[in-house]
Amino acid sequence: MTDAASATLPSPSGDSDRQPILEARNLVKTFGKVVGLDGVSLALYPGEVLAIIGDNGAGKSTLIKCLTGAEVPDQGELLLEGQPVSFKRPQDARQAGIETVYQNLAVSPALDVAANLFLGREERRKGILGSVFRVVDTKGMRQKARAELTELGISTLQDVTVPVENLSGGQRQAVAVARAAAFGSKVVVLDEPTAALGVRESKQVLELVKNLRAKGIPVILISHNMPHVFEVADRIHIQRLGKCATTITPQSHSMTEAVAIMTGAQAA
Amino acid sequence: MNQTVQTAPSSGSHDLASEFLDRTTPLTRVRNTLHRYPALSPAIVLVIAVIVFGLLNDRFLAPANLSLITQQVAVVGTLAIAQTLIILTAGIDLSVGAVMVLTSMVIAQTSSQNGVPGFIALLLGMVVGLAAGAFNAFLVTKFRLPPFIVTLGTLNIFIALTLLYSAGATVRGSEMPGVLTATGTTFSLAGVNITNGVVLMLLLYIAVAFILGKTAWGRHVYAVGDDKEAARLAGIRVNRVLVSVYLAAGAILAVGAWIQIGRSNAASPNAGADLNLDSITAVVIGGTSLFGGRGTVWGTLLGALIVGVFRNGLSLAGLDVLWQTFAVGVLIIIAVSVDQWIRKVRK
Repeated sequence: MTDAASATLPSPSGDSDRQPILEARNLVKTFGKVVGLDGVSLALYPGEVLAIIGDNGAGKSTLIKCLTGAEVPDQGELLLEGQPVSFKRPQDARQAGIETVYQNLAVSPALDVAANLFLGREERRKGILGSVFRVVDTKGMRQKARAELTELGISTLQDVTVPVENLSGGQRQAVAVARAAAFGSKVVVLDEPTAALGVRESKQVLELVKNLRAKGIPVILISHNMPHVFEVADRIHIQRLGKCATTITPQSHSMTEAVAIMTGAQAA
Repeated sequence: MNQTVQTAPSSGSHDLASEFLDRTTPLTRVRNTLHRYPALSPAIVLVIAVIVFGLLNDRFLAPANLSLITQQVAVVGTLAIAQTLIILTAGIDLSVGAVMVLTSMVIAQTSSQNGVPGFIALLLGMVVGLAAGAFNAFLVTKFRLPPFIVTLGTLNIFIALTLLYSAGATVRGSEMPGVLTATGTTFSLAGVNITNGVVLMLLLYIAVAFILGKTAWGRHVYAVGDDKEAARLAGIRVNRVLVSVYLAAGAILAVGAWIQIGRSNAASPNAGADLNLDSITAVVIGGTSLFGGRGTVWGTLLGALIVGVFRNGLSLAGLDVLWQTFAVGVLIIIAVSVDQWIRKVRK
């Protein structure tokens, strides 16, 4: 049992020659006298789902903001595929291939599914229609959108001409995740993707996270929901008081132990 | 046992969308259709209005009367294109009429008193329109003021500038170069006299409908009006889109000034008092949502035609002009109520 589990799971801690896709080293971020991050390191390996959990004020959002360019760390380094990078704005991180799905779902309700997937990076028609008259290739983008959704295993969204506002919460989340995962992104960051969803819709989103992993796209998942975290995560980074308390796996610790570490009731 | 419990939900959740559609009643199906094609309800209203007024009075469908309606709609219809663009971004422009009048006075005065050739005068008018748009855009994007307040302020500023510049004097058409009044020249199409100004308006509608429907810029206009923050997070430069919308509106208003000079064969500093609100009326009746992100310019054209048809038909029916205004008021309230009802899809 343990052999089978370790064979299918990436075991980065024991495997030193695997290079992390995204690595943070000793990040420090202070806001005036408040220490947000007190020397946090984190490594995300290819094809894994890394969950980040922590109590309110533990520094999870600050950590995520530093990784996605929404905040600039005071000290420490960021490495993307081994190369040092620094992000000043969220667009920098996105251009480097780190896509974030925000808690408030950055989708445009009146536009259809395909238009949302390509929002901000529309493709134009070939020839004079595209170059001079700047006509967008609606048909081509719809085909690509359909292909992308199929590849991610989102079977509930085959009609890409439906306005997003006609979709359920889970389907909207799927559109947002699909947009993040499309266009050759290297890392997908999901901020509380199931917080506003019902049981059944949460399940769909968790399936989607597993599909992303199967496709080889590593995922960073921020969540308060322990059952969800334990269902999909390969490793769990527990943030406490601005530091990484420890990194565990769903196999090595129980949910109760994880919560105990998170709240400080148990030493890591 | 455990197996069946786990597989049941996944097979049952195969298509939430179709499940939702299956639950519809005829009424919600009507609502969904109207929701998808916002120009549909004004189109239905226009057809019914034309039939009813045609039955009430034989003269309504006479070529001369149809010609009159198109001419009456030309100026408001043009301003309403600019208004549609701004309302689609969840803004509103109370200054469109004032900008148009200021522009028309600049075109008329420079050509009649300073001897500027007609085409150059039109270009000067275009510059004034663009400058007015840029000023509105600057206040909306840099100071983050609500468009309602910004254009309420600039409405007064532009009215004052117009009166200061023109000294309150009207310029007659005969004092201007022929090209400026050419928008009032008519030609006959199947017995109906059409002015060049009406053709110019229709060309603007085609151009703007094409740009909104087929280009990335058009999609970004809708996205910004729909949800500004979502558009920003999707990588759209929101302020850049807003500035371009206000500039485009300014350019369209300059064309509107040209049409207005031809239509009234004069440029009067007191011409545009009603046009600000009339353009908003056309947009709203045309099914464009005041909350932004929803609507089409074709709906606006229908809205402008509905107002024109109602005013004309009621006046042919012998009703007082005040009852025409009353009817337009009722139309606005119905249009906004229908919009609210349509927007309740799925809520």
